[in-house]
Amino acid sequence: MTDAAPNPNGAVGGGLAARNAAEAVRRSLKRRYAAERRFRMYGILAVAFAVCMLGLLFTTIVSKAVPAFTQTMINLEVTLHAQDIDPQGTRDRETLATANYRSIVRRAVFDLFPDVTSRRDKRALFDMISPGAVFAVRDLVLANPMLIGERVTVRVPMSDDIDQLNKGAIRKDVPEAERRVKDKQIAWFERLENRGAIETVFNSTFFTAGDSREPELAGIRGAAMGSFFTMLVTLLVSFPLAVAAAIYLEEFAPVNKWTQTIEVNINNLAAVPSIVFGLLGLAVFINFLGMPRSAPVVGGLVLALMTLPTIIIAARSALKSVPPSIREAAYGLGASPLQVIAHHVLPLAMPGILTGTIIGMAQALGETAPLLMIGMVAFIVDVPHGALDPATVLPVQIYLWADSPERAFVERTSAAICVLLGFLILMNVSAVLLRKRFERKW
Amino acid sequence: MSFPVLFGVLAVLTLFGFFLGRSRAMATAGGQIRNLHSLPNYYGYYIGLWCAVPGFLLLIGWMALETTVLDGMLVAHLPKRMTDVPGAELSLLLNDIKNLAHGDVTSRQVVDADLKDAAAFYGQLKVSSKMLLAALLVVLACGGILIARGRIAPELRARNSVERAAMAIMIICSTIAVLTTLGIILSLLFESLRFFEKVHPLDFVFGLEWSPQTALRKDQVGATGLFGAIPLLAGTLLISFIAMCVAAPVGLMAAIYMSEYAPARVRGTVKPLLEILAGIPTVVYGFFAALTVAPFFRDWGLEFGLTISSESALAAGVVMGIMIIPFVSSLSDDVMSAVPQSLREGSYGLGATKSETIKQVILPAALPGVVGSLLLAASRAIGETMIVVMAAGLAANLTANPFEAVTTVTVQIVTLLVGDQEFDSAKTLAAFALGLILFCVTLVLNIIALTIVNKYREQYD
Repeated sequence: MTDAAPNPNGAVGGGLAARNAAEAVRRSLKRRYAAERRFRMYGILAVAFAVCMLGLLFTTIVSKAVPAFTQTMINLEVTLHAQDIDPQGTRDRETLATANYRSIVRRAVFDLFPDVTSRRDKRALFDMISPGAVFAVRDLVLANPMLIGERVTVRVPMSDDIDQLNKGAIRKDVPEAERRVKDKQIAWFERLENRGAIETVFNSTFFTAGDSREPELAGIRGAAMGSFFTMLVTLLVSFPLAVAAAIYLEEFAPVNKWTQTIEVNINNLAAVPSIVFGLLGLAVFINFLGMPRSAPVVGGLVLALMTLPTIIIAARSALKSVPPSIREAAYGLGASPLQVIAHHVLPLAMPGILTGTIIGMAQALGETAPLLMIGMVAFIVDVPHGALDPATVLPVQIYLWADSPERAFVERTSAAICVLLGFLILMNVSAVLLRKRFERKW
Repeated sequence: MSFPVLFGVLAVLTLFGFFLGRSRAMATAGGQIRNLHSLPNYYGYYIGLWCAVPGFLLLIGWMALETTVLDGMLVAHLPKRMTDVPGAELSLLLNDIKNLAHGDVTSRQVVDADLKDAAAFYGQLKVSSKMLLAALLVVLACGGILIARGRIAPELRARNSVERAAMAIMIICSTIAVLTTLGIILSLLFESLRFFEKVHPLDFVFGLEWSPQTALRKDQVGATGLFGAIPLLAGTLLISFIAMCVAAPVGLMAAIYMSEYAPARVRGTVKPLLEILAGIPTVVYGFFAALTVAPFFRDWGLEFGLTISSESALAAGVVMGIMIIPFVSSLSDDVMSAVPQSLREGSYGLGATKSETIKQVILPAALPGVVGSLLLAASRAIGETMIVVMAAGLAANLTANPFEAVTTVTVQIVTLLVGDQEFDSAKTLAAFALGLILFCVTLVLNIIALTIVNKYREQYD
């Protein structure tokens, strides 16, 4: 290019320069196209990375969760001697409930292997059965006192270690010192398997029980009910508040300093870290107002304050999308401002508001940190029956189990995550369907 | 009678008031709607509001204050020798009395006569409180109904009154957001000030040592605890930086790909997939980080002869980065899509390739929005709690090595406040001071980000 300017033979030189320039462009084109392809490839790689991570997360959790849905059980022959349970023969409920079922189960377990005699071996043998076996036998007797004196077969859970052994999570080829199951226990287990006493069944305990220190007895029912009550409080508090606030701000509020403050506030509140809401709940609801710790009411209130901005923002955009012609037509027919909103605008905006509400509730359902602050991390065995009972929620239960050292809790944590994700997917899908079904193009 | 029952009673009374108002209005109008100022329903709402609003306020107020008042009365009733103990012991005592009154087990071995007496007193107090509340509620609600009923006449402007009340209720609802912010600021500030009475603010903000373990006895070593926030802030910054190192390039390139390259069909599937990443609860990411990613990095480090702690900042940071990818990509995608088509066409007309157009035209045009999205993502990362609680360490190391365990502000808030502590100790109050720092930092980041984004939006409108 530089040689083109001083050349006196304009036409010839110009042609040469143009050819040179075209050559230069052609040469650089290759480089530029390569850069173009590379750039595009980076984009694809970025998307692929994100999607792969999502896939990895889901496959890891699901594959870890699958074993939790089965439980190794043993069919135990138990003799319910009357003199052990109810020597007086009164069949009084109190007597039946407090009898020493532990010794009955112990005897039944030792009967499986009469050749086990030493005290240590006996303890190892009894440890193979879950402590829940004792309660299973008690419940059986309480439900049907006629069984006393009979010999019955009870299906009781094995302990978590044996369960893990059966599922292959504890490997037999590892040296004995490095695993939680002793060689002897493995031998007993194999003998029981050969006798056909071992069964692997669907783990219904996981869905019907509250929390427990024993993995094989732990379930998510308590946490799920806690989540339910918490969400109920959140919905009851945040939905009316948010809709009222959105209507005022979108339809009636004059533009002045005060309403601008409110708007800036709502936007900022939506981005405040959730743990700060927990601190607010602790300081105001628990310490200042003296509300009970660990109660779904307090958790629900904190989460309601947290989801309020989300719902307000969604509700405002839903109200905004209702065309002004609707309002003008209603005004033209003599409706008052509130009648216009209540009878015409709000019903039309409702699908959008509900979509936003569901998304806000899904966020609240997965929230953990603020609930840790207000004491919903306590170990609670009982399934809560109301919003004032101490309770925990699904995400906090996941956190608690993830912290437990027992190996069997890993799969239960994953299973609880699957349940939580299931609920979240359900909520989000219903939000999407709601939007698709009722979305209007004006 | 529990609160839900009382709310039910109030609802029934309100409903009764509504029907009463409607029929009363019709009766006074001689059965002719045209004689009335408003539609009959508005007379119903009128009585309903007169019944519901005072009753509702009473219930809420009672709910909020009952425990405090009853505790005060109980303490006043207890003999002086029982209440003359430190705060923590007193609250334990009150708890025991309540449990005893409830019929539950207490924390003490022997239950003496005084305690039983107090429990009986408390039980009685609770019953009478509920009785009083129920009586007050019924009187208030019925009184409201009677007063409102007396006012009903054909010329009563019921619709105007009801609409004024509804407007007032809506205005009150819209201030809740401001009250929440105010509540956050006041509670954080108030508790932080109490903390700064015990620890000097400069020691807190510039201190290099963090070990909040206050000794139980005065004469123990390290009885005061050290509250220097620098290691926590450094740890937070380190983990957030790692997260941004993952999220910024990936999120940005994903946004570029989706807004400029991807065909509509691909975009339609990939965008929701990325949004899923933002919808997964953080506790799930925490579990994923602790169970899968951290051991992976540790084993990978062993392979190369590096010691990577199993609670390394790297694992927590990378997983957090994955979590905030959609925060970057979603907003960046929006602002890049909002760049006018004419800018692209102008650039193509000059012979630029697509990537050159993106780098030299679209990105500069969308820069404020992109920066805003990065800042919002950073504020997310700083305030994120569960991932670091589950995957990062507890020890406050002042280090920039991503392979070591560091701790963050949020982790320390959680560890300080989970479990039973007396509420006056420096340890508990420190959590609020940390919360204040966290709130201020994220607030400033958010305000900057929102200002940048909003300024940009005005350019093409």
